Order: sequence, then structure tokens, then C-alpha cells
Amino acid sequence: MKIEVLYFAWVRERIGEPRETVETDAATVMDLVEELKSREERYDLAFSDLKSLRVALDQELMEFDSPLEGVREVAFFPPMTGG
Amino acid sequence: MRISVQSEDFELAQVLKGFGKAPNTGATVSFTGLVRDDTGTLDHMEIEHYPGMCEAAITKIAEEAGTRWSLTDCLVIHRYGQLRPGDQIMMVATAARHRVEAFEAAEYLMDYLKSRAPFWKKEVTREGADWVAAKEADEDALKRW
Repeated sequence: MKIEVLYFAWVRERIGEPRETVETDAATVMDLVEELKSREERYDLAFSDLKSLRVALDQELMEFDSPLEGVREVAFFPPMTGG
Repeated sequence: MRISVQSEDFELAQVLKGFGKAPNTGATVSFTGLVRDDTGTLDHMEIEHYPGMCEAAITKIAEEAGTRWSLTDCLVIHRYGQLRPGDQIMMVATAARHRVEAFEAAEYLMDYLKSRAPFWKKEVTREGADWVAAKEADEDALKRW
């Protein structure tokens, strides 16, 4: 399946781009993270500490063990600092 | 209810014109957040946002506030982009039958906007640029609701 993957704030800076289309069979967010980490070092750098990351699936906050089935957009970012 | 995620500045008086005019409104509260420069070294702040999710997340937060405090009106404006010290970043306004509801709902909106709306602040000073880290206190603030 094809998934749009978005990155924000320092995650975007470490990956080096704001978004990309990823072809993957990952079952969960965690599987996708592992797959990306094995591809290139910059992903390893961005995903080194998952506790400091948040994930949204189709623009809704979810968990790293959430399934990816039917999901079109995945976003990774640090804890939000609005207000 | 009005939600706006925008780069442009806003004029408080103009925004509040016509706000909370329902006849059962007895109180309105508005809060405005500004770019603060604690050390005198801040050149500007960059606010990054997640278009689409921002509006969805804020709408959800505002709807929840509206239900909990029976608000008669509710408004949230949050800016993104490059902002300088003293610039307005965001505002919330609530309207309710009584002041307690209006004040509490405004605080609830603020607490949730801080850590559940997808914005990220980066401070650019003369020494360099750094992402503002989320504070544990902001996460703890949600527990009281």
C-alpha cells in the first residue's frame, strides 16, 4: 500500500523533507518506523527516541502500536507546543 | 463557533464584534497570547503547523468545551509563521450564561491548545535557533479537567 508520511518540527529537519510517499506492507506504525529506520541513517536519527515522538493517523493522534490498515496519512512529530 | 488558523494578525475589537450576542449570554471572556521575550535575545519565533489537523483538533477541543460548559459561543484564532516579540500568537473567547463557565472554558481551551493542537514553536535568537520543548507542567495541566 501507498502511505503519505509527513514530518514536522525537528523530525522534519532530521529527515530532511516535510513529506514523502512510502510504499509499505507495514501492519502497524511501529512496523513502519522499523522499516524506515532500516532504510537510511537519517530515519534512525529521527526515530531514535520514540518517547519524544507523537504520531497521527489521518490527522488524529494515535499510538505506535496502532494498525495502519486503511490509513492514508501518517504524521510524525514532537510533543506539540501550541498556545 | 469560529475556528481560524491563519498567518495574518487579528484585531481584537473587530474579532469580538458580534461575539456572544445570543440573548442567553451573561458573560464573555477573551484571552490573547503574545510572543514573549524573557532574555531580550529573541529575534523571532517560527510557528509550524499541521494544516488540516490543526483545524480538526481545535474544533474537537472547542466542541468539548462547548458541551461541558454549555457555551453560547466560542472562538479560537491561532497564528502560524514568523512572529516577533510582542506579536499576538493566538486568542480564545468564550460566551456563557455565567462568568464561571466562561472563565473555566477559556482555561480549558488554553490548556488543550498548548499540548493537543499540532503547532510547534521554534525560537530564533542571535545565538541560534531552537525548538521549544513541551513542558511537563502543560501535560499535567490537562489532568485537572
